[in-house]
Amino acid sequence: MRLVTRARLKSPWILHFDCGSCNGCDIEILAALTPKFDAERLGVVNIGDPKQADVIVVTGPANPRSARALRSLYEQTPDPKVVVAVGACAATGGVFRNCENVFGGVDKVIPVDVYVPGCAARPEQIIDGLLLALRKLKEKDGG
Amino acid sequence: MNETEQPVEVNTVIPFGPQHPVLPEPIQLRFTIHQDKVVGVVPNIGYIHRGIEKACELNDYKKNVSLCERVCGICNFMHAMAYCEAVEELTDTEVPDRAKYLRVVWSELSRLQSHLLWLGLFADSIGFESLFMHIWRDREIVLSLNEKTSGHRIHLSTCAIGGVNKDMDKGLISEYKSGMELLERRIRELAPVFYKDRSVKDRTVGKGVLPKKRAMLLGAVGPTARGSGIPQDMRRLGYEAYSNLDFEPVVHDEGDVHARLLVRLEEVFQSIRLIKECLEKMPEGPVMNKNRRFPNGATVVRIEQPRGELFYNVMGNGTKRLRRCRIRTPTLANIPALVDILVGYDVSDIAPIVMSVDPCISCTER
Repeated sequence: MRLVTRARLKSPWILHFDCGSCNGCDIEILAALTPKFDAERLGVVNIGDPKQADVIVVTGPANPRSARALRSLYEQTPDPKVVVAVGACAATGGVFRNCENVFGGVDKVIPVDVYVPGCAARPEQIIDGLLLALRKLKEKDGG
Repeated sequence: MNETEQPVEVNTVIPFGPQHPVLPEPIQLRFTIHQDKVVGVVPNIGYIHRGIEKACELNDYKKNVSLCERVCGICNFMHAMAYCEAVEELTDTEVPDRAKYLRVVWSELSRLQSHLLWLGLFADSIGFESLFMHIWRDREIVLSLNEKTSGHRIHLSTCAIGGVNKDMDKGLISEYKSGMELLERRIRELAPVFYKDRSVKDRTVGKGVLPKKRAMLLGAVGPTARGSGIPQDMRRLGYEAYSNLDFEPVVHDEGDVHARLLVRLEEVFQSIRLIKECLEKMPEGPVMNKNRRFPNGATVVRIEQPRGELFYNVMGNGTKRLRRCRIRTPTLANIPALVDILVGYDVSDIAPIVMSVDPCISCTER
């Protein structure tokens, strides 16, 4: 394995973007990084800058306005990158599938690699999804 | 004329958001900056709009409880409760006494969870990372109580039309009591940091001042209004079991970020006290009163959310679908105040001032 790949897998930096969720998954993502679950011990760092991120964590069913921002964030993130869709509404629209202003899933906007189920997804599931994402990142990096 | 003699007025425009590390949610604020001072703010919303109000008209009115619960994940129980109260009024359903007390316990638990979340995020916004981690560690006590109640950490889903769909047995009540004791002890240990610590005070005292008159004029609600000396609290309307409980709204007069911080901190202790009082006073009896009538007519419900007044206007037409479900949330009412208090402060103060009104965009846009 290349040194860069090894470093990337050892400490994945995540970019979190909310494109229309109810906040439940967002606070669970933060809870996954804080002491009880502590994903930071696995090297996961939440970063605000897409140019430094490896994993994009997206919540919410996406609407036309947030889709623009999401697409721009996806394009700014350097390759290799993986996208984790957290929550039922990020996967299919969930309870919001009847709403007028949603696309019903993040995969209508950007390609998604890992789906984390749950409404709201539990921190354990989110950490599990991140680990699955790292496996995909390794494949994409040619490792 | 020499060009250097003419001072040039140059304003810079800085977009804050939609994706920003301080805010977990997307809102865009466009700041006009002159010499490192904010001179103008334009809020730009619509990133989370889903159209829940319209979806409420399309669904069966009973299914709307879980949809309204997901207007906002942080104060989910209160949204469900406000919707249920409105429908109960339209269908003439009497809520049993025990259910009223249980609703107060769970809505105060939501408030605790929300305020602790905010205290942590606020500490993060002023760069106090270790305080953020401590507060979020203690918040897990509340979430584990949620989990023991309904099997879910965030969405309690215990509120239903006509009462609540879960009861507490003696074991759970004693776990609630010991959980509240533990939480109170932990937060008492951390509280002096917010009152006395120099690095907290430097970033908060005298920043983002909202005088009392201005707060009234701009229609501020909740802790934002109470931090400016307005004793406005919808719980004093006495909905559910609040009329039997003893409490006074927490008010601070300074109107700055520090005052709003202390209002929320003291409301944490207030909520713990209210939960304990409810658990003591809770009567025995049924928790659910079913009614098969369809909602007819129109009604208004106002309850106190962690961020301020929540307003539901529900109109039914005697069928299983509602005619209209209008929701007005506290953050929407606080946006004029937010735009006002940012002007005149440094760029470095933007993050704590924005956080100080506790913006919940998911509520605002629905």
